[in-house]
Amino acid sequence: MTTDVLIRVEGLVKHFGGGIHALNGVDTEIHRGEVVVVIGPSGSGKSTFLRCLNLLEMPSAGRITFEGVDITDPRVNINLHRQKMGMVFQHFNLFPNMTVLKNMTIAPVTLRKKSKPAAEIMAKQLLERVGLSDRADAYPNQLSGGQKQRIAIVRALCMEPDVMLFDEPTSALDPEMVGEVLDVMKQLAREGMTMVVVTHEMGFAREVGDRVMFMDGGKIIEEGTPEKIFEHPENARLKEFLGKIL
Amino acid sequence: MQAWIDNFKSEFDTNFIQENRWQDLLKGLGNTLTITFFALLIGIVIGVIIAMVRSTYDKTQSNARPSLRRKLFGVANGLCKVYLTVLRGTPVVVQLLIFFFVIMASSRNGVLVASIAFGLNSGAYVAEIIRGGIMSIDNGQFEAGRSLGFNYLQTMQHIIIPQTVKNVLPSLMNEFIALLKETSVAGYVAVTDLTKAGNIIRGRTFSPFMPLIAVALVYLAMVMFFSWLEGILERRLRNSDH
Ligand SMILES: Nc1ncnc2c1ncn2[C@@H]1O[C@H](COP(=O)(O)OP(=O)(O)OP(=O)(O)O)[C@@H](O)[C@H]1O
Ligand SMILES: [Mg+2]
Repeated sequence: MTTDVLIRVEGLVKHFGGGIHALNGVDTEIHRGEVVVVIGPSGSGKSTFLRCLNLLEMPSAGRITFEGVDITDPRVNINLHRQKMGMVFQHFNLFPNMTVLKNMTIAPVTLRKKSKPAAEIMAKQLLERVGLSDRADAYPNQLSGGQKQRIAIVRALCMEPDVMLFDEPTSALDPEMVGEVLDVMKQLAREGMTMVVVTHEMGFAREVGDRVMFMDGGKIIEEGTPEKIFEHPENARLKEFLGKIL
Repeated sequence: MQAWIDNFKSEFDTNFIQENRWQDLLKGLGNTLTITFFALLIGIVIGVIIAMVRSTYDKTQSNARPSLRRKLFGVANGLCKVYLTVLRGTPVVVQLLIFFFVIMASSRNGVLVASIAFGLNSGAYVAEIIRGGIMSIDNGQFEAGRSLGFNYLQTMQHIIIPQTVKNVLPSLMNEFIALLKETSVAGYVAVTDLTKAGNIIRGRTFSPFMPLIAVALVYLAMVMFFSWLEGILERRLRNSDH
């Protein structure tokens, strides 16, 4: 792990209408090659934090610097930066009217002006890596949940992102399919991908997390290595949270 | 029985053959189809524009930075709402009369005026059909597109609209069928459409049964034809249901 800062978050605040304060001042840095796992109780702002990183939610205040560019600046073309930030959703969000291959190639072909054959070669290599070569021509509704999520991951990878954002990627899966998705994520981590992962999978956090971030009430309450967070938690709310889920 | 057949023959002869009256019906049918066709085109153009403005405004509401552009957008959205309220809140015949005698009073081209009036009216309904189609697509589709780096319009074009088309085609086809029947009031503004042509024949021959039933049958045949097309279309869409 180098100390090269990929994403810098400063004073991040997000309010929703109706007086909901989802984020109340978040400061952190995400380093190139780092795997950051975000944990915390429901409603603590984990998803909002993650979605602010690629401006899917527009921050109410604060600054997000990605690869040296302040992407919260209204003059910045966020679409170009989003190409470098892959995102994986809880509910997969595959395009149901497109085959697996089309799901994977539409963005690189449309946005990166990649030739269709080149994009397809790349997509097939990625499918091979996640063990789904035979599903290239399938439609999403012909896939199991675990397969869908693996496709969603490689769809994001087709844009050759510099960071991958995961929002509870295994929460919508039947238990027997969680492992196959986590394996793909572990492999990705080993290859050096920078990852920010919101998850309740503490095993994953321990095994591949470089840093665990505990959020509550729209703030980072405590963060550190998995060992520190899980074996020597300091904050009372973190202890309570761990007591409930471990 | 023989008497009935003879009577039928002579009625038929009076109402359709003499003075080439069937040609009047044919011309009327031509006007009906012309008005429907151009009204449909105008309706789709207006409907798509309004649907895009309205759904874009709604979709970007929670995430927009306050700006002048946003304010102008708000104004456009408000205007669209007014348009929808007025056009859907008043009878189409009244709108047609206002167009013919007030707004386009200088034009004596009834077919043109009727095409525009029905088009503007239909646009309001088409707009809501398309908007409903866009809004019914799961927001996750939209977010997936944006997260890959598609901008708003690209997301619409490549991801949302293709899914919407499938959903709204049957409803649009129904709107088209309704429009076809609605144009039968075009006679109010001196347009000889199919209905008016039948009614004129009735006035001349003093025998209402044949011309009016004939008109009804022609409408019915057209509606059944387009419903049949719609059925095929729907089955096609269902079969490619992914
Ligand atoms: N689009 C929205 N509009 C209004 N309020 C929202 C919106 N999204 C999130 N919130 C609120 O913001 C707070 C933080 O939500 P967030 O989804 O970030 O929590 P979370 O930590 O991801 O929870 P969970 O574990 O349940 O997914 C909650 O109170 C939530 O109700
Ligand atoms: Mg969440």
